[in-house]
Amino acid sequence: MITLKKSDYEKMLAHARAGLPAEACGLLAGTIENGDRIVRKVYLLTNTDHSNEHFTIDPKEHLTAIKDMRASGLVPLGNWHSHPESPSRPSEEDKRLAYDPHASYMILSLMDAEPVLNSFHIEDGTSTKEDLHITD
Amino acid sequence: MFITVSGEKKEVKDGLRLEELIEQENVQTPQYVTVSLNDEFIETQDRDKIVLKDGDTVEFLYFMGGGAWL
Repeated sequence: MITLKKSDYEKMLAHARAGLPAEACGLLAGTIENGDRIVRKVYLLTNTDHSNEHFTIDPKEHLTAIKDMRASGLVPLGNWHSHPESPSRPSEEDKRLAYDPHASYMILSLMDAEPVLNSFHIEDGTSTKEDLHITD
Repeated sequence: MFITVSGEKKEVKDGLRLEELIEQENVQTPQYVTVSLNDEFIETQDRDKIVLKDGDTVEFLYFMGGGAWL
């Protein structure tokens, strides 16, 4: 199970909407307790591709975020990105470029009026939907 | 000598090259990992030329990117 605070979800959504028409992206940090992944901080980072079809997290911001996680006593849990015009599921490119088998990959779809957020584990090109809970 | 790898202080042999450290640390899919040395990003082709020094700080960052349609 992976848990995300509603306030953090709203930050992600605002960042994704502000970045339109491009994909938005960021990192997830938190703690792992009894196997459950608890997101305690979301990072709203720059998509250096500035594209509505691709994203790359700015490596400099990535490095700064990793240091901040350590200083905050958090561990990296994964990343998130938006799909402005497609569903909340990993594309073939998402699966091909998911190099970290320990990461959760959250995808926020804005294709419909109601946003959809899902979280996935991706390993060896295969994605599995994670049990995502958004809490108050 | 002592260096810091992904936030952890470690003792390594003198004269260790960055490429050797990557192997020693069992970094998975190293071709897709960005390496920083003292906050400077290192080109992949330079990893084998760089000899680490006492007090160096090394970070390994997985590439994080993707696409919406393909």
